[in-house]
Amino acid sequence: MKRLLASRWLGVAFIVALLILWELSSAFGWVSSLSWPRISAVFRALWEISVSGELFGELWPSLWRMFAGYFIGVAFGVLIGLLMGSFRTIYSLLEPVTEVLRPIPSPAYVPIAILFLGIDDEMKIFMIAFASFFPVLLNSYSGVRSVDPVLLQTAATFGVRGTRLLWQIVLPSASPYIFTGMRISLAVALIVMVISEMVAASNGIGYFILAAQRGFKIREMFAGVVTLAIVGYALNRIFLAIENFVLAWYQGYTQQQRN
Amino acid sequence: MSATPYLSIRSVRKAYSSHGRTTVALGGVDLDVERGSFVSIVGPSGCGKSTLLQIVAGLMPATGGEVRIEDRVVREPPPAAIYVFQQYTRSLYPWKTVERNVAYGLENREALTREGVRARTHEYIGLVKLDGFERHYPWQLSGGMQQRVAIARALACRPDVLLMDEPFSSVDALTRVGLQELVLRLWRELGLTVILVTHDTEEAIYLSTRVVVLSASPAVVSIDLPIDLPHPRDQITTREQPRYLEYRHRVLGKLFTAEGLATGDAAASAPAAQGAA
Repeated sequence: MKRLLASRWLGVAFIVALLILWELSSAFGWVSSLSWPRISAVFRALWEISVSGELFGELWPSLWRMFAGYFIGVAFGVLIGLLMGSFRTIYSLLEPVTEVLRPIPSPAYVPIAILFLGIDDEMKIFMIAFASFFPVLLNSYSGVRSVDPVLLQTAATFGVRGTRLLWQIVLPSASPYIFTGMRISLAVALIVMVISEMVAASNGIGYFILAAQRGFKIREMFAGVVTLAIVGYALNRIFLAIENFVLAWYQGYTQQQRN
Repeated sequence: MSATPYLSIRSVRKAYSSHGRTTVALGGVDLDVERGSFVSIVGPSGCGKSTLLQIVAGLMPATGGEVRIEDRVVREPPPAAIYVFQQYTRSLYPWKTVERNVAYGLENREALTREGVRARTHEYIGLVKLDGFERHYPWQLSGGMQQRVAIARALACRPDVLLMDEPFSSVDALTRVGLQELVLRLWRELGLTVILVTHDTEEAIYLSTRVVVLSASPAVVSIDLPIDLPHPRDQITTREQPRYLEYRHRVLGKLFTAEGLATGDAAASAPAAQGAA
């Protein structure tokens, strides 16, 4: 019993309990059932739009935009973060402008992006990339600053410098920080993807949720939200699996340092 | 006697300035090192012996004077010499296995084929007796083993000169003896020239063909002592020889005076030294 209470099944059981509460609250009319369908009905709707292919027809364009934007943002974030961390001049040049741009909430510049890029994929990918960029940038920069100088001097004794030093020593040294930034950005990318699709789109999961709400297809609306929960959870698990694989050395290393 | 020594340190000075104050660490060090010799540098703490070694390694510029290896002035890490860091735990790449760490210097300094790198890597891993640990990560090894990885990595580049900064200072006593024997063996087998910085006088005398004592900063060479003890040396009997004890007496006496410590017959001269300073 004690083992059960400490395990992750406790959390899973709590989720099941909440779903049962949802079901009962709707069945007994504790909440206005017009906008609060039973969770069983939501899952049935989710099943229906899945088998009809409607859900995936909306999900693929969303995921494509999200990943396109995410990887562009990550690539620029790592590149510029490494440069800012390595060269004082580039840091002095770019640090103030990042500090000015970074606090602006991403949705605030959707209208501007629409003016310049229209309402198609370009705008959404740009938005996602722009928002994904900053967490990776800041963490890459911190990662470079935290590289042990002894590692750099060791490389110097072997005649390694310049881009080779950046690629062989600085990048792997900073990779735990870069991964932290990438994990934050992944969540940000999902958020901005949904927002950009709700503002202007003719497909995508964000569009689907909003359209369902406007068409009083409440069960489908909830089904869309549940889909996002599943997608977000899955993305995070996949990311952690990749991180555990790539940074296996880091976990062993930090564990050793603590002992 | 040849006119030009293998490695020469000529009036090397090093001054640091911070907050408008200038501290002179090295006040003009002169030293010639013959090929194949084992030279240890000892000195009072903070005298700048590590700084001197880093200048020889081309990791730090001197404020004045110059270092030459075979008549070539050292301005950057010279191909003939490899520097082994004191902080081996921080000097090994934690994301690389033992094998990849040892191969690292090699891959960057020499144009070898993949097979060539592999063969050389295994040769030197074997030389420091780490066979079977190729796939381990450095952080999975003990301190002494990690330092052996660092030594193998340095030697795999086949340098003529090995520069070691207190390489045995952070391991336990027995591991330390093992590492000393390893370095002595490699020095003899590979015909290396070794310059070792240490704070351990006995280690310096036991290992070296020559011990150089630096004065307190601004450091200059205060004693340059050839060590005439037979090879191969033995951790027990060599340290019992009268001549060994004589060297020990001279070096420690000089160091204690420099540090202002009064012991035995050095006690009489200590107050005078303080009065002079």
